[in-house]
Amino acid sequence: MMNVLKKMGMSIRTYEGQKVLWGILFVSPWLLGFVFFFLIPLLTSLQYSFSNIEASSEGLQMTFVGFANFIEALTVNTNFNRQLIESMMDIVINVPLIIIFSLFIAVILNQKFFGRSLTRAIFFLPVILASGVILTLESTSLVQEINQQNAASGGLANALGAFELERIMLRAGVNEFIVSYLTGAVGRIYEIVSQSGVQILIFLAGIQTISPQIYEAAKMEGATGYEAFWKITLPMVSPLILVNMVYTIIDSFTRSPVTDLILSTGFDNFNFGLSSAMAWLYFVSIMLILLISTYFISKKVFYQE
Amino acid sequence: MRLARFLKLYKIKRFSWSFIRFVLIAGLSFVILYPILQKISTAIKHPSDLYSPIVVWIPENYTLDNFKNALSIMNYWDTLFNTFALAGLTTLLTTASCALAGYAFARLRFKGSKVLFAGVILTILVPPTTILIPMYMNLREFSLGGIIPLLTGRTVNLLDSYWPFILTSITANSLKAGLYIFIFTQFFRGIPKVIEEAAYIDGAGVGTTFFRIMLPNAFPAIVTVFLFSFVWQWNDSFYTTTYLTSSNVMSTQLSSLPYNLSNVLGNTTNSDPFYLSMVQDTGILLAILPLIIIYIFVQRYFVQSVERTGIVG
Repeated sequence: MMNVLKKMGMSIRTYEGQKVLWGILFVSPWLLGFVFFFLIPLLTSLQYSFSNIEASSEGLQMTFVGFANFIEALTVNTNFNRQLIESMMDIVINVPLIIIFSLFIAVILNQKFFGRSLTRAIFFLPVILASGVILTLESTSLVQEINQQNAASGGLANALGAFELERIMLRAGVNEFIVSYLTGAVGRIYEIVSQSGVQILIFLAGIQTISPQIYEAAKMEGATGYEAFWKITLPMVSPLILVNMVYTIIDSFTRSPVTDLILSTGFDNFNFGLSSAMAWLYFVSIMLILLISTYFISKKVFYQE
Repeated sequence: MRLARFLKLYKIKRFSWSFIRFVLIAGLSFVILYPILQKISTAIKHPSDLYSPIVVWIPENYTLDNFKNALSIMNYWDTLFNTFALAGLTTLLTTASCALAGYAFARLRFKGSKVLFAGVILTILVPPTTILIPMYMNLREFSLGGIIPLLTGRTVNLLDSYWPFILTSITANSLKAGLYIFIFTQFFRGIPKVIEEAAYIDGAGVGTTFFRIMLPNAFPAIVTVFLFSFVWQWNDSFYTTTYLTSSNVMSTQLSSLPYNLSNVLGNTTNSDPFYLSMVQDTGILLAILPLIIIYIFVQRYFVQSVERTGIVG
């Protein structure tokens, strides 16, 4: 014991020892919060998910029930299954679209043209607008709905356009699945644009760190802009594709209907056990998607070192 | 001759690209701005214009009644003040605590700090829903691991106060705080070590180095975290509606707006759902208006700072 203290005392005087001391000091607020506001609730939630909880006058009565809550969530509850699969599908469908779209926009916003700063300002606006409560209320706006109806009936060409596009692509022999994917993307353009604010920001910042000499050298060798994109820009930003993918997936937490279901099960029906089981199933399925996609993408990622 | 033709072709190509680019950007900008324009147009419309077939964007009769209604129903000025106070407070505390933690993870390594950093990543990855219910119970009977009951004899109910926000942000565990710690860590990693060593040789301790040299250098990262934290706290309905039930902040007001509307307007005037929706749109516009005004002034720092924060590697 004395020895350790002595060692500590010695090391405090050195630069390295001081660094360790300050490091622990700086981390400690976070560590406290991590334990009290993250780790303990997380473990409690895991415990809840395996138990039946009854609120009584003496407080909460917990009885261990094994996997009953999980089984109930997956087989008995009418909504959970469907909504979980739906939001997983949403993630799987939207993430590639959002990433491709935001990379494309970032490349465009990096070019020089008139009104660039204004355009940038507009494209980052979704960072502010498309989050939280505004988004949920927006979908319930009646006036907007009516106006959209009017616009759709007035501009029949609108719907016809997508239809025409679909036919042309099918005729050209494009796979039916891909065609419906793309036309679906056109239909959900607002959703995609509004979810890709931060991603555009990250890609744009990444593109700007690529040194211009590489492009100059490529141009001297006769590379076109198209080639420069595939051979320079894409490999250089490929680590960011990974970052953006992770961000897009975790960003989908708050807008997922599963979240609402979990909350209403917990707070409206006071079925804490079932609600926690659902939350854990949701967490695990998100982790699965993250792991699988990270595995495949990190193989392709190019690192300079 | 061939060169001239080549140049002409090149010019056509360049012109057509910039034309396509213009169309694309204009179209997408419209898609983004559409909801806001829509809301502005709805907000200044007179109710009689709602059913007028000739009014789509520009109303025939202007009115500010919608604004008046929304202002009074949302209790706007109080709400605005409360929201500013809450978002500002949490933003300041979160930025401070995340900067400390980020610097420690980047430069002040000690045994086990890598494991702890894995903990930060875990906080990013776990959906907040998973821990919300235990958090709620914890805050309703807050005991701080049994310390508070020892002192006062009973637990404290922290719900419906600003304490949950203050406590989580002081300990860098508020909304998306893991992300901010990550940003700071990446940024401090990018600052050359030589600077710290020079400061040490000149006689600065670790604390002085951090506060006098590293923090001023970290301005871009601080701006980024500040902006994100403020905006997300402002819009957050997830924690806010759970922790605060009766206080007036923007997001609780917004989420109870449809209910309040039908309560106040539904009985007195006409309970036309379109009219209610109209006032609701005005309310949303009013709620995001301060953010948009702030955004206009700070948006140019957005790209600049994210570029320098080193999220990008």
